[in-house]
Amino acid sequence: MGCTYMSEWNHFVTMKGTNHGIVVYLDDQCSFEQVLQELEEKLTSNTSSGNTEISIHSQYRYLTETQRQEIEEIIKHYNHLSIKSIDSYVMTREEAHDLFEKSTVKTVMKTIRSGQIHSVKGDALIIGDVNPGGTVEATGNIFVLGKLRGIAHAGIEGDVQCIVAASFMHPNQIRIANKISRAPDYDVEGSPREFAYVNPTTEQIELNQMQHLQKIRPNLLDVFERGL
Amino acid sequence: MGESIVITSGKGGVGKTTTTANIGTALALMDQKVCLIDTDIGLRNLDVVLGLENRIIFNLIDVIEGRCKLQSALVKDKRFDCLHLLPAAQTSDKNEVTPEALSDLIEQLKPDYDYILIDSPAGIEQGYKNAVAGADKAIVVSTPEKSSIRDADRIIGLLEQEGLSDPPFLIVNRIRKHMVDSGDMLNVDEIVSTLSIELLGIILDDEDVIRASHHGEPVAFQPNTKASISYRNIARRILGESVPLMSLEDDKGFVTKVKKLLGMK
Repeated sequence: MGCTYMSEWNHFVTMKGTNHGIVVYLDDQCSFEQVLQELEEKLTSNTSSGNTEISIHSQYRYLTETQRQEIEEIIKHYNHLSIKSIDSYVMTREEAHDLFEKSTVKTVMKTIRSGQIHSVKGDALIIGDVNPGGTVEATGNIFVLGKLRGIAHAGIEGDVQCIVAASFMHPNQIRIANKISRAPDYDVEGSPREFAYVNPTTEQIELNQMQHLQKIRPNLLDVFERGL
Repeated sequence: MGESIVITSGKGGVGKTTTTANIGTALALMDQKVCLIDTDIGLRNLDVVLGLENRIIFNLIDVIEGRCKLQSALVKDKRFDCLHLLPAAQTSDKNEVTPEALSDLIEQLKPDYDYILIDSPAGIEQGYKNAVAGADKAIVVSTPEKSSIRDADRIIGLLEQEGLSDPPFLIVNRIRKHMVDSGDMLNVDEIVSTLSIELLGIILDDEDVIRASHHGEPVAFQPNTKASISYRNIARRILGESVPLMSLEDDKGFVTKVKKLLGMK
């Protein structure tokens, strides 16, 4: 009897040590309450006390935001544990659609004029100029095949890896994630083929010549990586 | 069936009204039937520039509110039989007109005229919306100043959403050659490259224009000033002729000509 009891428990939560730390697999067929209950049991019986990062994997169970919070609550009780990530094999249609949107390039063929705001999910490709007073916003990168003389805001949802590239760079402002840089108060000429990125050491937006882009952002085109 | 063209700019004081009066006059000189509509309700002045102020009996609002017939509100120009003006009201305000009302009115005028020029008020509010509603084409007037170009850019952006038959055309007004040469004013190429629309014409900043407006006689009526030639060239381009842009360079004074004759230059 005791034996059956144990095996049933074992079935719902499995811990595995990997090179990247402990991965906790949650069964995706039983009820969520059973998972929580067993997770708690497992963690209490866990005797190790060193600081550990754990990754949670719910396999083919879709976790709602509240369910994720419930898991996080349980982990919080154990001071030596922290959550590295919560993953699963599934996502909702909305999330999939959002991911798709954010990993595609949105192209327009027009001039973004003063007072106009061109806002896209994903990367923005503008075939035309962005005039002074005009704004381009994107969750991803911004590429301007023309003169960028207005405002470009890349990574509006907070991705500091995003860049702004233009055939001719003469912007009012460049914003990447929550960083802002503006043109100097003296007259500047603007320069051809440049891109702007956030330098991780200075944490400031910097301009660089296009030929250095490959070195600075080698993974620029791995859009799915970024979307996730 | 006539064509309606709105003349607009966003910024005030760049010469919309003067341009409307002069293009109207130039078109009339070429035997076109032209009707000018002043939509700057409350601040009418197209009639003043044309010298027709004294002849106004009814106005646009009277027509729209049914107090008179459309025909009786039209003021005939004192120089041309084929140039008519529908004046704005001086006492009402812009919110008394709806875009639909103005658009209907223009449809009624179209069969009788070759061109209907609509003078728009400054700004992008109700008055602008009224003016643009009935237009088939648009002309954007800008001076070579940064603020004016910024507003012109804004207006072009708004006009692109209006479903006009062509993208708007550009007139660069009040060019001061010596300032362009010294780099204190943008040159025409820079303006056209920023706004990226087709250039319909350029007009030099010329005292003749101010003098003519002062006397209520559009400069386009004069035979030989630079400004009048520019306006007539614009009218010819509207009629579909291809006329090269006037050169800014041939601005030679009497002394230079004499010097040249004497072989001193």
